[in-house]
Amino acid sequence: MIRTQDASVRLGDREVLSGVDLHVRRGEWTAVIGPNGAGKSTLLKALMGLVKHQGEILLDARPAATLKPRARARLVAYAPQAPALPPDMTVFDYALLGRTPYIPYLGRESAHDREVTESVLDRLDLGELAMRRVGELSGGERQRVVLARALAQEAPVLLLDEPTTALDLGHQQQVLELVDRLRRADGLTVVTTLHDLTVAGLYADALLLLAGGRAVAAGEPSQVLTEEAVGRHFDAHVKVEPGPDGRPVVHLVRGGP
Amino acid sequence: MVTRARPSRARPLWVACALGVLAASMLAGLLDGAADISPWQVVLQVADWLPFGHVDSGLAPVEQGLLFELRLPRVLVAAVVGGLLAIAGAAYQGVFRNPLADPYLLGAAAGAGLATTAAIVLLPSSAASIPVAAFIGALGGVFLAYTLGNTAGRAGGTATLVLAGVAVTSFLTAIQTFVQQFNVEELQRVYSWILGDVGGGWDQLWLVLPYAAVSAVVLLLHGRMLDVLSVGDDEASGLGVRAARVRFTVLLAASLATAAAVAVSGLIGFVGIVVPHVVRRLAGGSYRIVLPLSLIGGAAFLVLADLVARTVLAPAELPIGVVTMFVGAPFFVGVLRMTRRAVT
Repeated sequence: MIRTQDASVRLGDREVLSGVDLHVRRGEWTAVIGPNGAGKSTLLKALMGLVKHQGEILLDARPAATLKPRARARLVAYAPQAPALPPDMTVFDYALLGRTPYIPYLGRESAHDREVTESVLDRLDLGELAMRRVGELSGGERQRVVLARALAQEAPVLLLDEPTTALDLGHQQQVLELVDRLRRADGLTVVTTLHDLTVAGLYADALLLLAGGRAVAAGEPSQVLTEEAVGRHFDAHVKVEPGPDGRPVVHLVRGGP
Repeated sequence: MVTRARPSRARPLWVACALGVLAASMLAGLLDGAADISPWQVVLQVADWLPFGHVDSGLAPVEQGLLFELRLPRVLVAAVVGGLLAIAGAAYQGVFRNPLADPYLLGAAAGAGLATTAAIVLLPSSAASIPVAAFIGALGGVFLAYTLGNTAGRAGGTATLVLAGVAVTSFLTAIQTFVQQFNVEELQRVYSWILGDVGGGWDQLWLVLPYAAVSAVVLLLHGRMLDVLSVGDDEASGLGVRAARVRFTVLLAASLATAAAVAVSGLIGFVGIVVPHVVRRLAGGSYRIVLPLSLIGGAAFLVLADLVARTVLAPAELPIGVVTMFVGAPFFVGVLRMTRRAVT
């Protein structure tokens, strides 16, 4: 579904991403991990076409650079790390923004657009909140509203930049379980950046470890999350143990590095 | 689900209410003046002016002439200018995602101020040159700021645009002040232009109307797009919208509206900020609501402000710009207090 080959991004005269190969199969969840400044968000932005890239990025076997903005928006939905939520906008209006790629430039939404939005809100238990203002919501509700907007886009690929930042443990779990359920139900391809390694290993089918703008490891969680790799690239002293389901659990060890 | 959710849009009821307020204020604007004419006669006379309306209002020809040549164009110019400034202000606020943006943000006022001062100084006998100079100056100021902002920063970014507007405003104002200092005898005319006047008559109305119509239609069509822009450029682009292109179109239309308003009425402050905010508080934050209701509300507001300007010191007149600020500021604070709610 997504394939990048030797993808690089320069911002100013700094190479933020260099030679990244990424391959995400349809229906798969890939988590992009790495220390701060490794280029995780930049990789998502490059997939979205928000920053210029060199090398090749294929979305659904089509070169991303040749896709028109609306066509790309029907293929890929994106939720940034800190989405701007206009406080005066209603939840319904905000989710309806996801239908933008289907509405003519100066036109208005169709009954179908309203139905899709309504059903997405119901699915995320936001139906009751539809006419509330976004500024009145709690952190967990906001994250669901952002997800609702992305889902209303009905794109087969979902790019989520740190979907769980600023959420407490319970809400983190709620959001990730929700993403997992939705992708299984709808066959979505999901790419998230995640800073919690254990969580990334728990939910994702595959991990991509970025460090200094390069892909230094990729594969199943147990292959990527090794004490050696995490220790080296995060400059951290950790212990990695298999959890109850066999997926790796990363512990910090006091006194290091 | 308790209530069926629906997208925000200017509901017919609200539009009807706003139009009712506008009609009432226009009627009040027609009524007031030295000659004593009853409201009913004004209503009949207005009906008589309408196409296919043949009503005898019982007004003498002199009174009819007074209504038609003085009061009616004055009320209409006030309405058009007020509507334009308010909808342009709302559009600027949307484009810049900044509630403090006003139609003069990008150097329109300073450009018009300089050009008008130059016209008054260089062509002292030609009153007709003032609106043309103001119009060109306003557009020139915005063009300068827009070009500077786009060459200095990320193409289409908002922050550098605003800063460029500040720079252009300071620079042009400095030149204007310099020119004024060498022509002190014209200060009075410059100031009275700056403080605004809507008493220019039918000529002024015909002058402003084509630009008003075009820019208002373009802006009204962009309500949904401004809602999309409100989530930020990156996300708008993720939704398949070219943010820089939308911003350019909206800025062009809003600046045209501002320039047209400035050309016939001088620099009338506060309308462009206050009216959209009042609408937002009362009716909702979506630009599909804010734009149309600001257009109508701004028209009503300026007609009433002009009425106050004409009456408080009658037979002398207050500059309308003084009234909009003097009346507008307390009114605005009142609305803010009335609709106080948790704002994050």
